[in-house]
Amino acid sequence: MAAYLIRRLWQMIPTLLGVVLLVFFLFKYFGGDPAEILGGLNASPEQIEAIREQLGLNKPVWEQLFIFLKQIVTFDWGKSWATNESVANLFASRLPATLTVMLPILVLEVLLAIPFALGVAYVRGSLTDRTVMIITTVAVSISLLVYVIVAQYVFAFRLGWFPVQGWTDSVWTNLTTYAPLPVLVAVAVALSPQTRLYRTFFLDEIGHDYVRTARAKGMTEKTILLKHVLRNAMIPILTNVAVALPGVFVGSFLLEVFFSIPGLGREILLAVNRSDYPVIQAFAIYIAFLTMVVNLLTDLLYKLVDPRVVLK
Amino acid sequence: MSAVLSQNTAAPKAQRSEGVWAASWRRMRADKVGMVCMTIVALFLLLVIASGSGLVAKNWQKEVGVPNAPPTLMGPAPAEATGTIAMPKGPNVDLSDIDPLAPRYKEWDERAKQFKTEEVVKSETLPFGGDRLGRDVLAKVIKGAEVSIMVGVLAAVVATIIGTVLGAISGFFGGKVGDFLEWLYNVFTAIPGILLIFAFAVIFGRGVLSVVMILGLAGWPGIYRLIRAEFMKHSVREYVRSAEAIGASKTSRMFKHILPNVSHVALVQLSLHVVGFIKSEVILSYLGLGVGVDQVSWGTMLAESQSELILGYWWQLAAVTGFMAIFVTAFALFTDALRDALDPKLRGLE
Repeated sequence: MAAYLIRRLWQMIPTLLGVVLLVFFLFKYFGGDPAEILGGLNASPEQIEAIREQLGLNKPVWEQLFIFLKQIVTFDWGKSWATNESVANLFASRLPATLTVMLPILVLEVLLAIPFALGVAYVRGSLTDRTVMIITTVAVSISLLVYVIVAQYVFAFRLGWFPVQGWTDSVWTNLTTYAPLPVLVAVAVALSPQTRLYRTFFLDEIGHDYVRTARAKGMTEKTILLKHVLRNAMIPILTNVAVALPGVFVGSFLLEVFFSIPGLGREILLAVNRSDYPVIQAFAIYIAFLTMVVNLLTDLLYKLVDPRVVLK
Repeated sequence: MSAVLSQNTAAPKAQRSEGVWAASWRRMRADKVGMVCMTIVALFLLLVIASGSGLVAKNWQKEVGVPNAPPTLMGPAPAEATGTIAMPKGPNVDLSDIDPLAPRYKEWDERAKQFKTEEVVKSETLPFGGDRLGRDVLAKVIKGAEVSIMVGVLAAVVATIIGTVLGAISGFFGGKVGDFLEWLYNVFTAIPGILLIFAFAVIFGRGVLSVVMILGLAGWPGIYRLIRAEFMKHSVREYVRSAEAIGASKTSRMFKHILPNVSHVALVQLSLHVVGFIKSEVILSYLGLGVGVDQVSWGTMLAESQSELILGYWWQLAAVTGFMAIFVTAFALFTDALRDALDPKLRGLE
């Protein structure tokens, strides 16, 4: 176990280094000149030269790369170019809002999609199954934007069940007042593709021999579905949740933009619009790191769910 | 067509088995839903070509109706009370003796006559309604379809080409080259897709070509992985060995012998990615990171429709949603049918 862990952590290093190099060279050679972006339209050549000096852009490339690496390791990204707020502070202050919205979404969509998909898979080929499949096919082809626009208009603007947008400092108020509408929209939108996906996982398992054996032994359908099929289908479901997990930190930037939630997703979008390189670079690298850690944790979790899995 | 052909050629001596593509076409034709969807997709593509060559929706920027003209079905908008004060009746008070500008009124009237203003009659209603400038929503949604579908297809082509070439190299050669490409794949998949797209968006800026490059560059890893696996499988097969024995070069073996045998995988991936990329383009354009400001796409239309909806003008939203839902649903079902036809082993998995 320990050996496995160490080897996996060791294997992360080249990938992480690759991410760092990719981000560094992408912005260095393809992005605009940071000094010109920072200087603005009316900057004199002397001012631009001064900014260049200040940012260390006149130094050789390898030295700049070294500074970049040092920033990553020491978590010191300096300040956002646009707001002069320190990048670390920016992350810390925006993360809670994102988590307040994204965690309920993730939990609800998984908890709702599992029974839904299990039910549909159980009556495979029936009219119910086909109707659900047709509805979900059409539902996933409508843009997420349309759902958000219409839901915000109908439920918040017209019916007034929820506030149109807003956010406070109190977590409880946020959870009970401002988060419900974005959460509901996201869960409703995600339910269609999730149900389709989980249905294939369950169908895969229902076709296996052990299900027939269980039936032959006279087990109730409830036991077969909930104890045997569900447990076996947990591996692909877990993988799927794990793939979605890093997305929780990126946040659904669309929801955050629509509902003015001061989260990480909206911050990233602002940074993109302002060409705020330090924020984007820091974000890309830390999220990549997080993704790798989550992947490792999922692999460990497999062992917990399915004792047959051998970690090697 | 193919079925008839194979019957005719089934003479006892020169027996030729049905080709891969002919067999796929036969399977495809048996799939009714797939064929209907293929027709819809083909019609949309014709529309895109017609719009691209200027046959339809050429004048989408022309303001042909009154602002926010409702759809014809609903009839013209009721006249609203404008809230202005009623014009006073009776003759004007003669102020010419105290009005300092009075002597020049005549001169100005003369000069004004030199210019002609054309009264364009703007229609009260339009087939699918008008936007806030009175542009025809139908023409706009067709032009938007052209941009959105073109971006989706081109980006999918870019992603498939990158994925296929890299996958072929990695799967065929393996070794150091393969390790390097695997590392590159790991790096690209470590960064969440949306972040990668944003990072590329900062660098490439706006415009149709930028969006194509952004989505293509961010979308190749999945295709690479599948093609690589296929090439690894095929490169040790007997027909490739035989080709090597008769002296076929590496390039020839890769692209002349193996590629045609795995091209169905690439084709299915291409068509799977089109749908995803169209959705991404819509979101990027909505956020202002997509197509340029003088262009229209489904995403920019949705961005406009958000503020229109609050004022009660729902038709632009409805038109975009309808067009997009029909195209994307048809394309997704067509892709399913295509996959079943090209790769019968996968049939029934979903």
